[in-house]
Amino acid sequence: MSGFALEFAAEDAAVAAAARLRAAGVRRIEAYTPYPVAALDPLLPQPRNPLPGLVFAAGMFGLAGGFVLQWYGAAVSYPLNIGGRPPASWPAFVPIAFEIAVLCAVSAAFAGFLALARLPKPYRSIAALPGFERASRDRFFLVVDAAEPRAAAADIERIARESAACRVVRWPP
Amino acid sequence: MAAIEPAPVMLPGQDLASIDDAVAGPVLRPRGRLLWWWAGFTVAAAFTAVFVLAVEYLFIAGIGIWGVDIPVAWGFAIANYVWWIGIASGGTVISALFYLTRSEWRSAVNRIAESMTLFAAAAAAIMPILHLGRPGFFYWLFPLPNTMGLWPQFKSPLLWDFFAILTYVVASVLFWYLGLLPDLAMVRDRAESRRARLCYGILALGWTGSHRQWRLHKSAYGLFAALMAPLVISVHSIVGLDFSGGLLPGWHSTQFSPFFVFGAVLSGFAMVLLLVVPLRRLYRLEAFITERHLDLLIVFLLLCSLLLFYSYLTDALLPFYGDDRFERATALHRFTGAWAWSFWSAVALNVVLPQILWWRRLRRLPWLVCLVAFGVIVGMWLERIMLVVSSLYEDFLPSAWGHFAGTLWDWLTLFGSAGMAAAGFFLFLRYLPAVAAFELKELLPPAERRG
Repeated sequence: MSGFALEFAAEDAAVAAAARLRAAGVRRIEAYTPYPVAALDPLLPQPRNPLPGLVFAAGMFGLAGGFVLQWYGAAVSYPLNIGGRPPASWPAFVPIAFEIAVLCAVSAAFAGFLALARLPKPYRSIAALPGFERASRDRFFLVVDAAEPRAAAADIERIARESAACRVVRWPP
Repeated sequence: MAAIEPAPVMLPGQDLASIDDAVAGPVLRPRGRLLWWWAGFTVAAAFTAVFVLAVEYLFIAGIGIWGVDIPVAWGFAIANYVWWIGIASGGTVISALFYLTRSEWRSAVNRIAESMTLFAAAAAAIMPILHLGRPGFFYWLFPLPNTMGLWPQFKSPLLWDFFAILTYVVASVLFWYLGLLPDLAMVRDRAESRRARLCYGILALGWTGSHRQWRLHKSAYGLFAALMAPLVISVHSIVGLDFSGGLLPGWHSTQFSPFFVFGAVLSGFAMVLLLVVPLRRLYRLEAFITERHLDLLIVFLLLCSLLLFYSYLTDALLPFYGDDRFERATALHRFTGAWAWSFWSAVALNVVLPQILWWRRLRRLPWLVCLVAFGVIVGMWLERIMLVVSSLYEDFLPSAWGHFAGTLWDWLTLFGSAGMAAAGFFLFLRYLPAVAAFELKELLPPAERRG
């Protein structure tokens, strides 16, 4: 397997190159940028984002679990008669159920983010690309997988040249 | 609202590299900037030592060393707790609520605000535990299975508060770290020494800035913001319910939740101003934290001050609108009694003094802004102690009345907790990127987004 790493000095150049690569039939592109580049969204593979659904499910689980926990504690396991109020007085359970729901939702958001972003991962091969440390500073990288049958290596190199890439290297070497 | 002149969110002449250098520079190459840091950190560390001492003596001698007594069983610890958690709330409002409103000005100050929140929330969370008297048993608040078959009282606002604080502290830490992750990777990539690369590399968890990661990061961050904004309102509302749940005159009021939230956000904005105004000078961040930021922070401070004024008015008016004579007596007592000084100082510092900042020329004086902000922070503490003490020491039957005065240990705990929060903040300033670099890069005009 072999591909290319393209380095750009400007956001718009990287976006234009990604558009041209896509038009040339290249689908497997990954970008490395110093900040989120929204213009790349329609150009790069868009795996479905399960995070909102996951967080919603965790929140609902926490909400239901919070109510069940309080109902069981206050009405079943240890009912206390305080001024004749009903043991299962659900309005008094709302604050804690809400807090547990938020606790579950934020924990799921964080854990889900790490799992989906494949973090923590101490080493990635792309980090060995010389000059890659500028991907967190002021450079924009496109990494193209040329195992893609429809893209010839010559095409990719031509597009890179024409879209003002500062550098094109075979990647992985 | 005040007339906000359209000052830019970022001064021109910045580019991707200059933002990096401004943010990573003070962390990796802090030359010439260490003197003020060491001075501040030393003072803060000394007060942290005082705090440790005060807590240690508390554990040895018990809460009898404090001024709390019967009937004033809530004293400094509860006032400190409400005050600290209120200060923390302001930071979350800036970072979560103004993220949801897509306010561009938030990006330069949100990291400072969130970090302040973290240390303020830590100082807050300690206070009720110290107040327990049997601090080792604090875990009884958890609904843990036990051989006695006991459960915590789920219908008590005090237990609601425990769950609220627990959720708030956990969520604040995760939110802060999530936002920090890309900048930790940036500092890792800028680091020259092997040790720094290793430390920041571990903290950055292997962040590469791939498009996939950025999309997930944005999604997770948005979800966090959407959860944190209602959470922070709920936390301080529940703190208000701690008081309204009691039947005492002066506490048993339906307006306490919004009243407490207004005060909390006011003190939080004051604390952020108190940190941001000197920091933009010391860290040479004038290009990123512009007069626009200061103006907006001050306008929100003024807004909260007016909202709090409205709450003060309501709180003063309602006893005379109704016909509960104990409510009236407590209200009159707050205006003229032994603790009236705390009520009137709170009014002066939280409501009257901030109004001078409506004048644009006065807003441009950094020392004056800091003075007003500090005044608000002091004023909010006075309001908290006034609310705690004045309802407790003269409630219904005169034979049950008492008095309250803070002891030396009360004051040492208060100042010590401030030292601890400040020491944590100084460590943050020294070792972590104080401004969200990647968010600033997003604010650059498209033509400047090049290396």
